[in-house]
Amino acid sequence: MSDQTPKKKPFVGLSSREAYGQVLVELADQHEEIVGLSADLSGSVKMSAFRKKYPNRFINFGIAEQNMMGAAAGLTLAGKIPFASTYAVFSSMRACEQVRTDIAYNELPVKIVSTHSGISMGVGGATHHALEDIGIFRGMPGMTILSPADSTESASMFYKIMEIEGPVYVRLSRAKEKTVYTDVFDYTVGMPDHLVAGKDILLIATGPEVGESLEALDELEKNGVHAGLMNVSTLKPINQEAVADVIRQYPIVLTVEQGFINNGLGSAIAEIVSENNINVRVHRHGIFDQFTTSGPYRQLLNFYKLDTQGIKDTVLTVLDR
Amino acid sequence: MDNNIAKLQEIANQISADIITTGRDCEENVHIGGNLTLSEIMAVLFFKVANVDAKNPKWMDRDRIILSKGHGNVALSSAMARKGFFSLDELKNFDTLDAMLSMHIDKHRMPGVEISSGSLGHGLNVAVGAALGGKIDDADWKVYCVISDGELMEGSTWEAIMSAGNFHLDNLTVILDRNNLTIEGDTEENMGLEPLAMKLEAFNWSVETVDGHDISRLLDTFDKQSPDNKPKFIIAKTIKGRGIASMEGKASSHFFKISKEEAEKALAELKSV
Repeated sequence: MSDQTPKKKPFVGLSSREAYGQVLVELADQHEEIVGLSADLSGSVKMSAFRKKYPNRFINFGIAEQNMMGAAAGLTLAGKIPFASTYAVFSSMRACEQVRTDIAYNELPVKIVSTHSGISMGVGGATHHALEDIGIFRGMPGMTILSPADSTESASMFYKIMEIEGPVYVRLSRAKEKTVYTDVFDYTVGMPDHLVAGKDILLIATGPEVGESLEALDELEKNGVHAGLMNVSTLKPINQEAVADVIRQYPIVLTVEQGFINNGLGSAIAEIVSENNINVRVHRHGIFDQFTTSGPYRQLLNFYKLDTQGIKDTVLTVLDR
Repeated sequence: MDNNIAKLQEIANQISADIITTGRDCEENVHIGGNLTLSEIMAVLFFKVANVDAKNPKWMDRDRIILSKGHGNVALSSAMARKGFFSLDELKNFDTLDAMLSMHIDKHRMPGVEISSGSLGHGLNVAVGAALGGKIDDADWKVYCVISDGELMEGSTWEAIMSAGNFHLDNLTVILDRNNLTIEGDTEENMGLEPLAMKLEAFNWSVETVDGHDISRLLDTFDKQSPDNKPKFIIAKTIKGRGIASMEGKASSHFFKISKEEAEKALAELKSV
């Protein structure tokens, strides 16, 4: 095989943020209105390739996230489409009002691409863990929230992101996610993906927890549990009907997310279940109403039962086995 | 007085009169004091300095006017209506349910306005972004941003100030409504801003201080080229509640209900100018 042969599965083995960095350059090649903004973190948010190729379309705001988000709104007044990237904890909280008032209220086409979400900045501890972000952005009218399971879904989303009107928040991990998808696909905003059909319980996961849950299914089979798995990678707007149709096939649901269980994926699912009169038990799994401790990412995942083992144990507890 | 200046003064007086009649006719309190500071600034911006087209408000080469102190929306509405962006009659519905014009700016309801504002410490950041966009395209259009002195107490404003100096945004002009008053009183007693010009110069801005009610001086200052590709900061010294003798220079004129009698007196005073 020569070096020129395109790789069939070009994003497998990357993290979702690395996939972002690659697709951003491709998008910028096609759309000259794209500008890239960072706040002293262009390397971490994987904007280096864009920065190198398009230095005149890259702006580093220094460590000033509020200014970056306000200026992102302003850049749209000049016809630009900004991709504004920083850590999720800063885009959701340090610059929250700028995102809400300057970007969302004005319905501006700013792509807020945030990395290091959830507890993926493990040793950074609570100051650098982004656990409130889903709840915060769910509360903003018109905001689209994307949360890819892995690098390939991340790339698939970014190939579609220019078609989304209004502001978009993309929630990416720092860590390399476990592989769920291998081939780039035609991503449909809002549609859940019923990845594995089961019988006893439905796991509904988002972001890196999809891959962790997928592996847990094998372990659960060994324990005689036939669990299904649905990936909800658009957290807003959610296609309620499609989600409800899948949930109706199960007696019990367990939501799994790397965020506070209040106002996150689990809350969104509970809303759908109650408003669609579905007779199903809903359990939520994530970080329970407490500030997190710090530690290496994989160890921290284990500590909060958000790795494969922890998810398996949680399912067995929920099923009282 | 120069004919042009006399004409601009007449427009400014009309804006002031609109502020007073709007305040008089609204059911609730209106930010009368902090709108009367803006009459001359708005007249000069919309009718002389800025290149805008009311018939084609989204024209790509327009100058961008951003009112960061969104509570100055009576003055802005009056200037925009008189420029032809929408009917002057809309002022009669100011602050009524779902009206085009309200206390703070809503871009979705107010045609031709650049951006919604109201929360302090946002507009200058937006203006920096617009100016950066213009720079990327090497465009000729300019950005004018009107801020309040209270907004200089917000950290986000200083992030914007630092970045504009850093990026050499000589296509950006800030007009500071320096009336020295916030709701609680004198800025220098609440959170001292001085020595302001020195601070701004240290942030790599070109700074001019003028009487914000003197049209001729305002025009001269806008005309002046700022050196070394620096963004321009005009400290426009203004008087809160200007035109209502009982309210001039008083923090209590910030947000209040003007009586019919006070309004009549103020309108008569304006006519005598």
